[in-house]
Amino acid sequence: MEAKGRVFKYGNNVDTDVIIPARYLAIQDKKELASHCMEDIDTEFVKKVSAGDIMVAGKNFGCGSSREHAPIVIKEAGISCVIAETFARIFFRNAINIGLPIIECKEASEGIKAGDEVEIDFDSGEIKDLTTGASYQGTPFPAFMQGIISAGGLVDYINRSSS
Amino acid sequence: MGMTMSQKILADHAGLPEVKAGQLIEASLDLVLGNDITTPVAISVMDGFKSDKVFDKDKIALVMDHFIPNKDIKSAENCKCCRDFAAKHELTNYFDVGKMGIEHALLPEEGLTVAGDLIIGADSHTCTYGALGAFSTGVGSTDMAAGMATGKAWFKVPEAIKFNIVGKKQPYVSGKDLILHIIGMIGVDGALYRSMEFTGEGISELNIDDRLTIANMAIEAGGKNGIFPVDDIAIEYMKAHGERPYKVYEADSDAEYAEEYTIDLSELKPTVSYPHLPSNTKTIDEAVKDNIKVDQAVIGSCTNGRISDLRAAAEIIRGHSIAKDVRCIVIPGTQKIYLKALEEGLIKDFIEAGAIVSTPTCGPCLGGYMGILAAGERCISTTNRNFVGRMGHVNSEVYLASPAVAAASAIKGYIADPRG
Repeated sequence: MEAKGRVFKYGNNVDTDVIIPARYLAIQDKKELASHCMEDIDTEFVKKVSAGDIMVAGKNFGCGSSREHAPIVIKEAGISCVIAETFARIFFRNAINIGLPIIECKEASEGIKAGDEVEIDFDSGEIKDLTTGASYQGTPFPAFMQGIISAGGLVDYINRSSS
Repeated sequence: MGMTMSQKILADHAGLPEVKAGQLIEASLDLVLGNDITTPVAISVMDGFKSDKVFDKDKIALVMDHFIPNKDIKSAENCKCCRDFAAKHELTNYFDVGKMGIEHALLPEEGLTVAGDLIIGADSHTCTYGALGAFSTGVGSTDMAAGMATGKAWFKVPEAIKFNIVGKKQPYVSGKDLILHIIGMIGVDGALYRSMEFTGEGISELNIDDRLTIANMAIEAGGKNGIFPVDDIAIEYMKAHGERPYKVYEADSDAEYAEEYTIDLSELKPTVSYPHLPSNTKTIDEAVKDNIKVDQAVIGSCTNGRISDLRAAAEIIRGHSIAKDVRCIVIPGTQKIYLKALEEGLIKDFIEAGAIVSTPTCGPCLGGYMGILAAGERCISTTNRNFVGRMGHVNSEVYLASPAVAAASAIKGYIADPRG
């Protein structure tokens, strides 16, 4: 499994309230929800993002509420992977469960700049910044977690493995 | 090597004699919780399961509290979805308008969360029940769905930070000040993936409402759970609120902790978290010097909507008037708390001073309704988060504080010291 795309870069402690503000949480339609992704810190994000793009951030990404809407809108917006120095634990769990690839890597989180073209190999955990030529080693997921992500989330993974 | 209190509860629920930090386990759940925001997502996840059965109709709690009484058509539809699900599965613990309260104020009061329980909830403040000696933690809607279907969840066994609480607290210092102080000290990711275990002789200084506030905000330090030893104060509370048997777990004397801190309550001052992170703390002396004018004061939420909180606020507000340019919104956490406040005359104190009193709701805390801020407005709030846009416009500001500080500020119109 691989991901390749242009980078949207954010700082530390990106919280679930800015990923998807609570005023939209009554919305059930994923596309409509995703049209508000990141709008409180980056009004340009939804206008500029295209399928496959990558989000890079600092420490404690996804802190705050347990809303699964947060990884859902990031995935729905087209982001193929989030790289951060660390993730808040509920977001980490939710991202895996809904099939949004995430990678913890301090060096990549610091070195990669907004707009860089980045390629990620999920099997090896290698992150290549094609714009600068730099290469970083993230922690690859164990096989079962890759299985969940490639199935598109925990539910499909469970249904697939039990059929 | 010994186990922490959290590890012992996890081991027992996984049917294992021992667990170690980092170990992945599957454990049986005593309660699975959801609200009107997260449950509809979990229900649609369950639609994807091959079977739609729930594991135990008595061990699921659905609390309609975020956007109810319904604030718009979409929230009405979300609640209806939960209501229909609860009826279909004959869930014992479904709480709607009239019976509801803010989930983390309500469930301990209903006796549904007791010492030794293993609880997951699709709400990040599920960590509240650690105040009674339970292991409880927030999860997302998919985990909630899997929990409702199977009665189980997987966990990575956390390591712990030990907070040794000593000394006696000064007047007008509360559990809120202690937890804001701790978050200011260790940061919003200071306890990431870890348990926060509170211990020490100073615990006896903290009433059950103080402890619920402290455990509630463990997530604001990134913690997986916050937990207190089960003492006479906790046992008395549980006996008064239900009949479910509780089980007392204690940390082993040789348990290992990743970090240890000692906090002397006598040195603690009322504390305020400035925008836009709960860790951005100052003591009240410093905050008063900053002359921060406020437009709104919110006293309530799963963090500070309990009877001790309302008493602390009313004591300060009684006989005074809310400042001319301030809207003061008081939100009792549950119907029972509301009634108690009414019987004690607190509601009269609030209304006579010019505050409003609302039915229980999470409403303004997360910028849902019932007190949204305009651009440039400031709120002093007893809630738990002050992120950008949390309570309304992205250019509004939330300052977090105790009920005493919020009440004193509501009267003065500026962030004020309740000690006078």
